[in-house]
Amino acid sequence: MDILNALVVFLNFVFIPAAAYGAQLALGALGVTLIYGILRFSNFAHGDTMAFGTAIVILLTWGLQALGISAGPLPTALIALPLGIALTALLVLGTDRAVYRFYRRQKAAPIILVMASVGVMFVMNGLTRLLIGVDEYRFDDGARFIIDVRTFREMTGLPEGLALRSTQALTLVVAILVMIALFWFLNRTKSGKAMRAYSDNEDLALLSGIDPERVVRLTWIIAAGLATIAGTLYGLDKSFKAFNYFQILLPIFAAAIVGGLGNPLGAIAGGFLVAFSEVAVTYPWVRVVGYLAPWYEPGGLMQLLGTEYKFAVSFVILIIVLLFRPTGLFRGKSV
Amino acid sequence: MATNRQATASSSRWRAPILFAILAILFVLEGTVRNSMFSGSWNTSLAILNMGLLSAITALGVNMQWGYAGLFNVGVVGFLAMGALAPVLVALPPVEGAWAAGGPRLLLALAVGLGTLALAKLAWTRTRSGIIVVIVLIAGFVTYRWLFDPAVIAIEGNNPARHGNIGGLGMPVLLSWVVGGVFAAAAAWGIGKVALGLRSDYLAIATLGIGEIIVAVLRNEDWLARGVKNITSIPRPVASEVALQRNPDFVDFAARWGFPAAEASGIWVKLSYMSLFLVVLLVIILLAELALKSPWGRMMRAIRDNETAAEAMGKDVTRRHLQVFILGSAVIGVAGAMMVTLDGLLAPTSYNPLRYTFLIWVMVIVGGSGNNWGAVLGAVTIWFLWIKAEVWGPALIALLTGPLPDSAFKAHLLDSAPHMRFIAMGLVLLLVLRFAPRGLLPEK
Repeated sequence: MDILNALVVFLNFVFIPAAAYGAQLALGALGVTLIYGILRFSNFAHGDTMAFGTAIVILLTWGLQALGISAGPLPTALIALPLGIALTALLVLGTDRAVYRFYRRQKAAPIILVMASVGVMFVMNGLTRLLIGVDEYRFDDGARFIIDVRTFREMTGLPEGLALRSTQALTLVVAILVMIALFWFLNRTKSGKAMRAYSDNEDLALLSGIDPERVVRLTWIIAAGLATIAGTLYGLDKSFKAFNYFQILLPIFAAAIVGGLGNPLGAIAGGFLVAFSEVAVTYPWVRVVGYLAPWYEPGGLMQLLGTEYKFAVSFVILIIVLLFRPTGLFRGKSV
Repeated sequence: MATNRQATASSSRWRAPILFAILAILFVLEGTVRNSMFSGSWNTSLAILNMGLLSAITALGVNMQWGYAGLFNVGVVGFLAMGALAPVLVALPPVEGAWAAGGPRLLLALAVGLGTLALAKLAWTRTRSGIIVVIVLIAGFVTYRWLFDPAVIAIEGNNPARHGNIGGLGMPVLLSWVVGGVFAAAAAWGIGKVALGLRSDYLAIATLGIGEIIVAVLRNEDWLARGVKNITSIPRPVASEVALQRNPDFVDFAARWGFPAAEASGIWVKLSYMSLFLVVLLVIILLAELALKSPWGRMMRAIRDNETAAEAMGKDVTRRHLQVFILGSAVIGVAGAMMVTLDGLLAPTSYNPLRYTFLIWVMVIVGGSGNNWGAVLGAVTIWFLWIKAEVWGPALIALLTGPLPDSAFKAHLLDSAPHMRFIAMGLVLLLVLRFAPRGLLPEK
């Protein structure tokens, strides 16, 4: 019984939140890693692309709500998502046309592209603020819970409750669907194969008649889609605040590097690794231990690190990977 | 960094003096002319200039890293914050009872923490056994927390309404500027050791991380600098306004110049700060210019322009990068300590990366990367524009939206004028990077 209680506490406070957060990070890291693989630079504007996409989705959601359209038990944002992706993709393609293409043609050093992405980040940040402001918004509607604490207690008779919020379940389902679609696209379609070929060896791909501009355009569209989906899911799960999307850049980069920059499978693994470490390190374990070892009376909360330092966790993971395996766990692009 | 660097033509000899003169005229206008564009107050003008000078010192540090070595530091805000800690720990008077409450234990805890890392490194180089390293780390972490937590609780419990922090050493505030540089250099050493020698993007990402973490530490470790409760009344290196207003000689002096005492005291204080800052700025520029013209500087530029060739000539590229990264960060740390001294206040919540990292980058790129005077010019100009955009932006939008009928849309546009600054700065960065990559004052 105590073991069951401990398991319920673990699932409720560690596993489910970390899984949802991990899926959001993985989607974000996939975008970063794809851009890295094809365009060969770390895109600092990715966090703000997520923020911009989410802001568009929120505005569309408000519009739909005003029209009285809803998705029943699901959040209205899901209906707004496709148009949000399209608009974000347009903006991102615009930045490629206006900014990145010039440096690509010049074959500029990657760090110049990184710097240009910082400029793009500034502009996108300003656009997001202009669109929606700097305040915090919650935009999840529809059913709140799939299982709430009381129902779970009545069902099982356990003193500990378990809640599964619909946004968490939705995050996982959407993330899995998106990932399946992405891998199907990369491995089975002609365009996806062209992208992988271009990522592996640019010159060889050019020789085989692959149109580089088309590959780049596809990459930006996919990255914009992933960013908007990740940002919307993150915003539904927690809340939307533009600055949080700048801060989430670090865990996303950590996830992409841990998995190996340029390696999509690695980005997914990295996302979950970072998320689970972050939640596990900042969670106060005292209740779990209380059930498992009732004879042991810990002095404190048994929290390894305060939640305000959650970014330190991704940073430490990043440092460890850089020290011992700079190409990442799944052997990404060269150092 | 442009790829081709030729000697500057003689026509551009006057470029720097002219641009600096234009900048000076802007500040004089701000100080004298009162209309919708300028405030006409010397206090405002000098306040902008002082912060501009501090931005210039920060920009010099960034310019050393980027202009001399091509290192992209995205954690400027963290190194500034690291330097900001120095006046608090050095210049503030000691807090009564704080040291007795847990000072030695705290120091011991920090020593154990650092010792653990060193021991783990030793264990790894000697044995190459991951298990031993993990055991060392876990044992070290447990000991550290066992020492650290009670000490922190004791210190934070010591008169928490007024203090609750460890306090300073009561030493001169000017000394803390140097200490600030040392603090930032130490942080830079740690991060550079790990991230340099790998892909150039990795340093950017690692510095982004360390920047956020240093600011988080400042915000949450109340024992260190009272966290979000802020540290006020940091000792000042110059006379205070109130003391000046009470001094009859000064009041006479002000009256002779035709200023009321209150306004004159503000101007006097700002001028004193300005002279201090100018001295530091000029010393740093002098040292930087001497270094650039020395064999060391030629080597740095050779490494930046072609790493492979320099490496083939037997230069240890990673080591040189580490060196210049530490030097640049130390300059940023000095600027951080000076900012806190100018404000007399350490407010951790104000350390925003957009303002303290990326704005500094815009300054360096606009000024001309690789050119120290360019960094100064860019910093003061961009800072002036950044501050004035607060006034000019809404005015411009009001002008543009004037013909529109009053509506929610117009109100929204007027409200969001402050956000235009970010768009404007991003555009400036992108445009300069693309169309004038050598900046206002190109490298010679």
